[in-house]
Amino acid sequence: MEDERSFSDICGGRLALQRRYYSPSCREFCLRCPRLSLRSLTAVTCTVWLAAYGLFTLCENSMILSAAIFITLLGLLGYLHFVKIDQETLLIIDSLGIQMTSSYASGKESTTFIEMGKVKDIVINEAIYMQKVIYYLCILLKDPVEPHGIAQVVPVFQVPSSGLQLKKARGVEG
Amino acid sequence: MVLKAFFPTCCVSVDSGLLVGRWVPEHSSAVVLAVLHFPFIPIQVKQLLAQVRQASEVGVAVLGTWCHCRQEPEESLGRFLEGLGAVFPHEPWLQLCRERGGTLWSCEVTHRQAPTDPSAPGEDQVMLIFYDQRQVLLSQLHPPTVLPDRQAGATPASTGGLAAVFDTVARSEVLFRSDRFDEGPVRLSHWQSEGVEASILAELARRASGPVCLLLASLLSLVSAVGACRVFKLWPLSFVGSKLSTCEQLRHRLEHLTLIFSTRKAENSAQLMRKANTVASVLLDVALGLTLLSWLHGRSRIGHLADALVPVADHVAEELQHLLQWLMGAPAGLKMNRALDQVLGRFFLYHIHLWISYIHLMSPFIEHILWHVGLSACLGLTVALSLLSDIIALLTFHIYCFYVYGARLYCLKIHGLSSLWRLFRGKKWNVLRQRVDSCSYDLDQLFIGTLLFTILLFLLPTTALYYLVFTLLRLLVVAVQGLIHLLVDLINSLPLYSLGLRLCRPYRLAAGVKFRVLQHEAGRPLRLLMQINPLPYSRVMHTYRLPSCGCHPKDSWGALCRKLFFGELIYPWRQRGDKQD
Repeated sequence: MEDERSFSDICGGRLALQRRYYSPSCREFCLRCPRLSLRSLTAVTCTVWLAAYGLFTLCENSMILSAAIFITLLGLLGYLHFVKIDQETLLIIDSLGIQMTSSYASGKESTTFIEMGKVKDIVINEAIYMQKVIYYLCILLKDPVEPHGIAQVVPVFQVPSSGLQLKKARGVEG
Repeated sequence: MVLKAFFPTCCVSVDSGLLVGRWVPEHSSAVVLAVLHFPFIPIQVKQLLAQVRQASEVGVAVLGTWCHCRQEPEESLGRFLEGLGAVFPHEPWLQLCRERGGTLWSCEVTHRQAPTDPSAPGEDQVMLIFYDQRQVLLSQLHPPTVLPDRQAGATPASTGGLAAVFDTVARSEVLFRSDRFDEGPVRLSHWQSEGVEASILAELARRASGPVCLLLASLLSLVSAVGACRVFKLWPLSFVGSKLSTCEQLRHRLEHLTLIFSTRKAENSAQLMRKANTVASVLLDVALGLTLLSWLHGRSRIGHLADALVPVADHVAEELQHLLQWLMGAPAGLKMNRALDQVLGRFFLYHIHLWISYIHLMSPFIEHILWHVGLSACLGLTVALSLLSDIIALLTFHIYCFYVYGARLYCLKIHGLSSLWRLFRGKKWNVLRQRVDSCSYDLDQLFIGTLLFTILLFLLPTTALYYLVFTLLRLLVVAVQGLIHLLVDLINSLPLYSLGLRLCRPYRLAAGVKFRVLQHEAGRPLRLLMQINPLPYSRVMHTYRLPSCGCHPKDSWGALCRKLFFGELIYPWRQRGDKQD
């Protein structure tokens, strides 16, 4: 059973939340983030190359231009591989655990699995970022030493969104 | 709780039979280890399971039946399988079935007794989790969960369900020792049933390692006994030995070699990895050292180096002389105190003259010394680099001396100034109370004190300038030595074996697991595929890093600046175990 809705994040980009229901004990939530925009990519490349050309006219050394091209390529590859998240998935399996997968724009996938025995609760946390209040979903982990303590707070999705949509999403998982 | 059945992927296409494995009641999971095929005699099966239980301390039992129907489902087989539940009593009894070409799976759970918990749902939900038996057997979870007692079937409830699964599979190696070519009473299917995995090279190495380790361990103990003899503890040799970084590095390598060739077996996997990493580090070191050796000794490079060394030392001394002449004049437009300037300048110039004569005396022997020093590279690149660092320290000894003279003079001046400044204000330092107290001085004390204070104050710029110049030179030399030490540290502590393992066999070092939902049909149990999630490279480095020499800067930046300001001597790259000056 599948279901898709769209929201917007704090920067105004479009997010799509897809919910899949495999069985009474297994559900998946898939959040698709806004893609890399051509406009920002062109802007950054042009800035870097104009700066390099300016330096070249000062120094008359063509190595600067080759270095600028190299830096742009490496920077883009690094950004796609390490920073730009394409899709985040949350898979909840009853009595087994919670699995969070982030897939990056270059195809890399990084997965974390938290066993159900370690999860204390799932909460919505508020944070003050610059001039706004943002909400993010996070998992509280139990402390192995102290039974009522909390060892770690793990944010679920790296893209924060506004409160109302998050509450709806949480109510569905509930 | 949902019942989880862990099923090995190697048994997915085998014939029908019994499911053999372990039931973990706390997590409601059934870990299937192997499939036992027909025909079998129940008594022999029970005997085999009792043997396995005793040998591996894992509570293996018959968990249920496995039915693989390639064509139409057979009615008679179904009833026969149900009857087996009476022969091998187990609570709960699983009946796994795979039909018609492989996409339709079903699993039924029967409870013999009534459920103890009246609020539990009447129908059990079952989840099938497929796992790669070979990978789970060979992998190691990080952080390692320590299971305190190895009693049959006892698992503390606080450990995770997955750690229990990994532990069960790892400890049941006894069950996987027989393959289908063995003439045993029962026929099992597991990951090794097509043939037990072994390597001739590994077996030969294992047989040979015993006597080789014994021989080398005795040789190394002889070497360490020689090194620990009384002669080296006497004053000149022990002082020189503690100052030279080469001796420290040699000692470190000797420790490593003793660890590698010790005849004691590694107790747990962490010690085994440590040994393997040490072997890899030593091999890399020796390989790089031999490369350096072949490069140095080819095309008479040592001759060129020796020929270039004396002119370079001369050049450095000349530059220092120019620097001192500049300081003795009017450096940067500052006006120095003529008399003190001349005294200090001439004193340092004479030092340089002595140093140059010494270098010229040594010049015929330099090539021979360098040739023998180059040979030391066969002990390892780290030894060669430590020797290089020591040679730099010896060649720039005059800079070190100048720095010490300048620093001592400056330090004395600063202390004198601070004490006389207190006198100027009518105070004094109370040693007993460790604080500044007021004090009434006599007139002649005040007079002489003020005079001395004025003299020291006006001589301060000269001394401070000499101190500044020589401190900068010393810091430059220290920075070069520090870089060399960092490189040596890197080679010493890099866990090459662990990094190679992570690159080539990522399932061996597991940070956790990840699940993938397989094709699901309504009414059928949920099927998941469990894969190993490998450890990220940063955690591999952090966990398996070898302990280094300990040559790290002891002072923070703030403390360093404070010491420089007050003229205290700085030794930022102190070796461990040295006494503070």
